[in-house]
Amino acid sequence: MYPPSFEYIRPGTISEAVALLGQYGDDAKILSGGQSLIPMMKLRIARPAWLIDIGRIPGLAHIKEEGGYLKIGGLVREADLETSDLIRSKFPIIHDTARVIADPLVRNLATVGGNLAHGDPANDHPATMLALEAKAVATGPRGEREIPITDFFVSFFTTALAHDEILTEIRIPIPPPRSAGAYFKLERKVGDFATAAVAIQLTLNEDGTCKRAGIGLTNVGPTPLKARQAEDFLRGKKLDAPTIDQAAQLAADAADPSSDLRGPAEYKKGLVKEFVRRGLRRAMERAEGRK
Amino acid sequence: MAKTQRIRVTLNGAKHELDVEPRLLLVHMIREMPGMTGTHVGCDTTSCGACTVLLDGRPIKSCTLFAVQADGSEILTVEGLIRDGKLHPLQQAFHEEHGLQCGFCTPGMLMSTCALLQKNPNPTEEEIRWGISGNLCRCTGYQNIVKAVQNAAGKMQKEVAA
Amino acid sequence: MMHQTSPEIGGMGHSIKRKEDARLIQGKGHYVDDVHLPRMVHGHMIRSPYAHARLKSINIEAAMKLPGVLAVITGADLAKANLAWMPTLFHDKQMVLATDKVLFQAQEVAFVVAEDRYTAADAAELVAVEYEELPVLVDPHKALDPGAPILREDRGEKTNHIFHWEVGDEQATQKTLQDAPVRAKVDAVFQRCHPAPLETCGCVADYDPIMKHLTVWLTSQAPHAHRTLFAIVGGIPEQNIRVISPDIGGGFGNKVPIYPGYVCAVVASLTLGRPVKWIETRSENLQSTGFARDYHMTAEIAADKDGTVKALSVKTLADHGAFNAAAQPSKFPAGLFSICTGSYDFANSFCEVDGVYTNKAPGGIAYRCSFRVTEAAYLIERAMDVLAMELKTDPAELRLKNFIPPDKFPYKSPLGWSYDSGDYPAAMNKALEMVGYRELRKEQEEKRKKGELMGVGISSFTEIVGAGPGHTFDIVGIKMFDSCEIRIHPTGKAIARLGTKSQGQGHETTFPQIIAQELGIPASDITLEEGDTDTAPYGLGTYASRSTPVAGGATAIAARKIRDKAKKIAAHLLEVSEADLEWEPGKFYVKGAPSKAKTIQEIAFAAYTNLPPGMEAGLEAVDYYDPPNLTFPFGTYICVVDIDKGTGEIRVRRFVAVDDCGNIINPMIVEGQIHGGLTEGLGIAFMQLISYDENGNVQGGNFMDYLVPTAVETPHWETGKTCTPSPHHPIGAKGVGESPNVGSPAAFVNAVVDALSHLGVRHIDMPVTPWKVWQILKEKGITS
Repeated sequence: MYPPSFEYIRPGTISEAVALLGQYGDDAKILSGGQSLIPMMKLRIARPAWLIDIGRIPGLAHIKEEGGYLKIGGLVREADLETSDLIRSKFPIIHDTARVIADPLVRNLATVGGNLAHGDPANDHPATMLALEAKAVATGPRGEREIPITDFFVSFFTTALAHDEILTEIRIPIPPPRSAGAYFKLERKVGDFATAAVAIQLTLNEDGTCKRAGIGLTNVGPTPLKARQAEDFLRGKKLDAPTIDQAAQLAADAADPSSDLRGPAEYKKGLVKEFVRRGLRRAMERAEGRK
Repeated sequence: MAKTQRIRVTLNGAKHELDVEPRLLLVHMIREMPGMTGTHVGCDTTSCGACTVLLDGRPIKSCTLFAVQADGSEILTVEGLIRDGKLHPLQQAFHEEHGLQCGFCTPGMLMSTCALLQKNPNPTEEEIRWGISGNLCRCTGYQNIVKAVQNAAGKMQKEVAA
Repeated sequence: MMHQTSPEIGGMGHSIKRKEDARLIQGKGHYVDDVHLPRMVHGHMIRSPYAHARLKSINIEAAMKLPGVLAVITGADLAKANLAWMPTLFHDKQMVLATDKVLFQAQEVAFVVAEDRYTAADAAELVAVEYEELPVLVDPHKALDPGAPILREDRGEKTNHIFHWEVGDEQATQKTLQDAPVRAKVDAVFQRCHPAPLETCGCVADYDPIMKHLTVWLTSQAPHAHRTLFAIVGGIPEQNIRVISPDIGGGFGNKVPIYPGYVCAVVASLTLGRPVKWIETRSENLQSTGFARDYHMTAEIAADKDGTVKALSVKTLADHGAFNAAAQPSKFPAGLFSICTGSYDFANSFCEVDGVYTNKAPGGIAYRCSFRVTEAAYLIERAMDVLAMELKTDPAELRLKNFIPPDKFPYKSPLGWSYDSGDYPAAMNKALEMVGYRELRKEQEEKRKKGELMGVGISSFTEIVGAGPGHTFDIVGIKMFDSCEIRIHPTGKAIARLGTKSQGQGHETTFPQIIAQELGIPASDITLEEGDTDTAPYGLGTYASRSTPVAGGATAIAARKIRDKAKKIAAHLLEVSEADLEWEPGKFYVKGAPSKAKTIQEIAFAAYTNLPPGMEAGLEAVDYYDPPNLTFPFGTYICVVDIDKGTGEIRVRRFVAVDDCGNIINPMIVEGQIHGGLTEGLGIAFMQLISYDENGNVQGGNFMDYLVPTAVETPHWETGKTCTPSPHHPIGAKGVGESPNVGSPAAFVNAVVDALSHLGVRHIDMPVTPWKVWQILKEKGITS
């Protein structure tokens, strides 16, 4: 309940923040929304000697379309993502996702950047970004670099960010026409992490067959997962019930959940299967709804 | 021990300057100020919402924010809802609809619902339940809290219309 | 005969808004953690990470060097004052701080005192404790195995067996079972859960070394009993102890036991001569304070082919954790569990319970349980549904057939209880009508043809509350009376004090309503106080739904004593004899001449200014009420669920609750209690579990995994009532706070089982989670 001591510094720019990360090395952590880090500090599981608060650095809270991408700044609060008209109207998969992260109070502080950079397979945005094949923008001492989201989640609580890099933006390629997605999550109650969750992003051909499918899985492995076999299987196919079923099974096979208080591994795989089915159907409905 | 830092906050409209350790949680900073024990602590895993206050107008869990992060911000707590001796319509409504029993979750509920009605003056029952889903209550079963929010929404719309 | 009072007077039956709200809605409640005293310091408990281990050494050197640290108290320190162990509320003792070994994960090992809480937490990390792990026992079914580790070396008998208790006629019951044409059996576990009030437990202990006086602000549901125990155990003269239970943020039985943190804070204050505050964290609350339930039960019903029940046999294994700290009346090791024949007319019954120790936190009696009535009601209501399935008969019909008929009250149950009154068919029929039962069954039939899953679950519970008559009920020897003291002021206003202690039940509003009913003084003119042992009359506190039955009785009787004196004064003022006077709430008037009257206010004034010769001044009374019997609230709850075949998720479509608690003081408050208790029942039925892995590591020990329903999971509750007054209670009231928690778990579980009964499912243990449902559907080949 009572965190251990630390030194606190609030740099005015990202470059300053990056320099501080370089200076303090492993003794320092970035404080963004703090909704994952502070609970860990209160339990004394995380004990950084230095906290670098980037929460008020300007220029990182944008949600905009630019150059063929939807660009979301790393400091966008989940609540703002949830209520953004742009997101609700054009990227409902992201709205679906944001609204089930934690609870409404936590969403007022939690940031998109934090949700991704924490490396927790139980967080929700990773699966959605995997489905959308987003690019993470990492800002470090040598400037910006783009990391494909498929390379971003390395292992349990470990991302491709170097210690002195900060996730400053996530870029989602604006999907072509006849595209839509959905996010389905089962939680034991509001505020819990997913027992399992599935993100589906679909692009349809003119004839209604699948042009491209992106499938991301939450909390069913040591990292967020991309169900590649299922995605490959769907390409070019008519999305009838047997096809959907088979894709769902392939995605479930890709999942590697543990049995825990949320349920047995078999159940979580079952949920993946069911949610891929529902996600594909919902994405199709949405994709066909926009001509 | 880390050196303290000076922060400036506006709490219920009054400006304060304090020297705090960086690790001091905002809820503890608030509770240690004279007469400011209305904001409560109910858990240690950011799960219950008893500590909800408005930070620059947004309802947040004050147990999961360091006081230093609130430097320069405006904080509204339950003690700040009353204006010129007049209860906030939500406070009045909670009383009328029996929206509280032990009262421990009530300050947090009031702050959450205050922000909810500011953003959504005429919420449906579903929106209310969703809006207070970060605030736990063990006594009321939420039903009369929902009624209280609907009651307050009605009162506040009449005020606007008047 | 009860007069109907006006809304201005606000007697029985008025939904008066609450007095306590004013301070609570403004954040001006006064909870224990709000107490700030000059020179106050803070305690932090160091706890064992191991479930079973020898304590080898404790090194406090490094901790004591930390600036701001004032003391680290260990079991060895307490042992010098004979305080390392303390008596529990039930014929056992428990460690305050461990000396030789620890018996459950999170058990108290040392107590740090520092200037502030953050420093205390830092110091706690610097205390070096060495343990030697011992084999762990977490399965109660293994507690009596020959090779099981013996946990309680301090006890004479080297066994994990605590008690065997039985009641009823074993022979007759067994014979009836053997001869029965129909037998239905169910093994039902009522899982370990926790009341988790939103405010955790804590205290501020303030010892004044000059006056040698101890004041303890305490999260206590029973302040007087706690004061007496502090005196006996601590050796401090009782007149020098004041326990103040201020605003309490929920109790639900969690705040009845005395916890090691309280004792340590008192000792620290005595040692340091400064106020010591100790407030536990939520994790500490869930992992070390009084848990609830953990009953492993088997029920078997013998019935005729036509569904008439004949006998009930019950056998239970009770897991009490490391110490028997069950807070229940001293003659009842299994509480009031023998209410398990419930609402049904069994000719014979036999019930036996065996309690065992395990490496888990102590407790068992908590969470709105009425002393194990929750376990009993759950068991019989599950068993009746299993019988209905066995007989292929409708569960509502089966219940109606077997209810104790209204004309059989007072009813003597085969396990020894005398039910005061009841009309079970009335509550059931009302619930069936409210929910539209026939239509629901038709809908279910249609849905089953389409492969859709919906269920209807019924629970027709009978509660037993209001402990209790002195001849049978005491807690650690103190009889379970309760009290009320009323004093009327010259201007006709009043103050009343009770031996109970509200934790949200609204006593400041409801008890004045009883007085208003009896005396006609407006409830708003009556101040109600509880919780300060220096001023309130002695009582056993608020839990087990006993306040209205017991303290409510005392309140009515005390008010009537005042009315008796008032009558004499009125006779004096009106210059008539008492026999010439009639009463209506608020005044005495002369028979046949109603304008010749004196109001209670005029009488009150006269009690100080114009008394009959020889009469003492004042207008006050106190009553210590020894109830002649318990009371038996009851009801029928009906739950409708729909099940998502793809995920196993359960959605409560409707929940109808018809309660009968006799005469109601404040309908608004009763309805609020029902809403809250049903929500707790929902959590218990579907979400809550405190479990331990094989090494005794607690799972579900914080709010991330011990799940409290939010407003989103909680459905809309539909409430109704019938009214069957208690014939023996002064105001015919029965108490109701725990009924929803008693009656609802079975309704929820019965609904889910009912949804799956056509697939052959008979029982699912709580918490009934989506994954359990999904696994059943998968087994049956029914997942979508």
